[in-house]
Amino acid sequence: MGLAEKILQGDIRAAARLMRDVDDGFTSSIDELKQLYPHTGRAYLIGITGPPGAGKSTLVDQITAAYRKLGKRVGIVAVDPTSPFTGGAILGDRIRMNRHADDEGVFIRSLATRGCLGGISRSTGDVVNVMDAMGMDVIIIETVGVGQDEVDIVRMAHTTTVVMVPGLGDDIQAIKAGILEIADVFVVNKADRDGADRTVRELSMMLEMGERAPGEWVPKVLRTEASRGVGIDELVAEYEAHRAYLHTSGDIHRFNSEKNSTILMEMLRDRLFRDIYGRIASNGTLAEILSGMSARETDPYSAVDAIVARYLTGADARVAG
Amino acid sequence: MAERKLRVLVGKPGLDGHDRGAKVVARAFRDAGLEVIYTGLHQTPEQIVAAAIQEDVDCIGLSILSGAHNTLLPKVCQLLKEKNADDIAVFCGGVIPEDDIPGLKSAGIKEVFTPGTSTEDIVAWVKEHIHG
Ligand code: B12
Ligand SMILES: Nc1nc2c(ncn2[C@@H]2O[C@H](COP(=O)(O)OP(=O)(O)OP(=O)(O)O)[C@@H](O)[C@H]2O)c(=O)[nH]1
Ligand SMILES: [Mg+2]
Repeated sequence: MGLAEKILQGDIRAAARLMRDVDDGFTSSIDELKQLYPHTGRAYLIGITGPPGAGKSTLVDQITAAYRKLGKRVGIVAVDPTSPFTGGAILGDRIRMNRHADDEGVFIRSLATRGCLGGISRSTGDVVNVMDAMGMDVIIIETVGVGQDEVDIVRMAHTTTVVMVPGLGDDIQAIKAGILEIADVFVVNKADRDGADRTVRELSMMLEMGERAPGEWVPKVLRTEASRGVGIDELVAEYEAHRAYLHTSGDIHRFNSEKNSTILMEMLRDRLFRDIYGRIASNGTLAEILSGMSARETDPYSAVDAIVARYLTGADARVAG
Repeated sequence: MAERKLRVLVGKPGLDGHDRGAKVVARAFRDAGLEVIYTGLHQTPEQIVAAAIQEDVDCIGLSILSGAHNTLLPKVCQLLKEKNADDIAVFCGGVIPEDDIPGLKSAGIKEVFTPGTSTEDIVAWVKEHIHG
């Protein structure tokens, strides 16, 4: 029996192994993912992002506890950075979530970024799909502690949470528009600390300045104290409100089609590149072009034209040409 | 075919607050290019085994300086067997008297690293004995 079949029968080890195969880029994983695909698309995906140490993992732990109380099965994907020097990583998000480790309704997977710069790993989407096929009702994705550019999470999750803490630099203006725009929910965590009121006020003011169409979702700024579980019920209520909004407004269709198109485009781009690169690397064309370029006899523009003309000339290309 | 990245779980079973050794070893593994799932202090054997399975690690390295090694470590091995996951190797380090080592090994612990072992030796052992 293949991994996918086993996973659909509830085999935890098979699921964990497929996630590994995906992460390690084993081509065998593709067939398994194909079989799981019809069983995906059911889970509600929550993204949690924010600066290092803001309390993201502690929040994930609390949100998980809240959804468990509602009887939901919860999958967690927690991403931490790979060291660019050694390729190794210490994945420590689980430390905050240990109480769920042996709860059969929870599955936690730690992933390393492995060189990916968007705040999650390349494998994250497929790992989420495996959890979705396992029947997880809610899947929470914790990004690495991010600055402002690592915002791949918005395309992945139905609801993106941006976690802030009081006193993050003196001036909240320092937070670039990028991270403000991606949030469906803002959380000011560590509300027990001085300056929480001010951070909430400043965030709310910045949000009010943004322009919104009538009926458009307006992100709220919530306060939490994740380490003591304060404000979590309100946060979960806000998630449910956003999820309901996505459906009543029809935004879910736009979200899905943008997400699907991104997934397809990225996969197609990778695949075309890998195939063509593989061929020109093995048949000597690449070496030829490179030596031509170093002698300044071949230019890269014509070389790419020639490669495309040679390898992408199916019937469609002729019609289009 | 792509290559496997070695994954190791480093954790501390029981009520043992000594985490320096575990952190030193976790860092050494990271610096050797491994992915380390660090689960921190106060883990039950059940939590350790569940985490190891979900994370699909190749091996579990446990740190224990509390004196409770003779009960906690065999328990981890036993639970792995029960879950059909005893292909995941278990090794350990910490304050463990010489006399206890044979018993631990016959319970399924692959190797024991006592205080003063260099992290180079630990990493070398893992690279030699653990395969993805
Ligand atoms: C520092 C220390 C503390 C610090 C701990 C700080 C911290 N956050 O870690 C503090 C002061 C808090 C402390 C408290 C206590 N301690 Co103390 N402590 C020590 C001490 C002096 C050094 C431990 C240490 O950090 N070594 C440095 C690290 C790098 O070495 P290491 O952990 O041994 O790790 C090496 C190897 O063992 C191995 N290794 C360790 N873990 C792992 C894991 C893997 C996977 C691998 C491969 C290898 C490996 O590799 C490492 C590198 O060589 C030891 C004595 C000693 N010399 O070991 C006592 C000692 C461990 N403590 C002891 C005791 C009794 C206590 C207390 C109960 C004292 C008390 N009555 O309050 C408390 C209990 C605290 C608790 N909650 O558990 C006893 C334990 C006795 C026993 N096991 O039978 C010891 C042995 C002292 C003694 N001789 O009595 N302690
Ligand atoms: N005072 C206070 N501390 C908190 C709160 N929530 C979390 N913490 C603490 O903040 C520290 C970091 O928490 P994590 O949950 O690991 O933060 P993180 O954002 O996941 O960190 P990275 O994954 O490393 O980016 C821990 O020591 C937590 O106990 C809170 O509400 N108040
Ligand atoms: Mg974290």
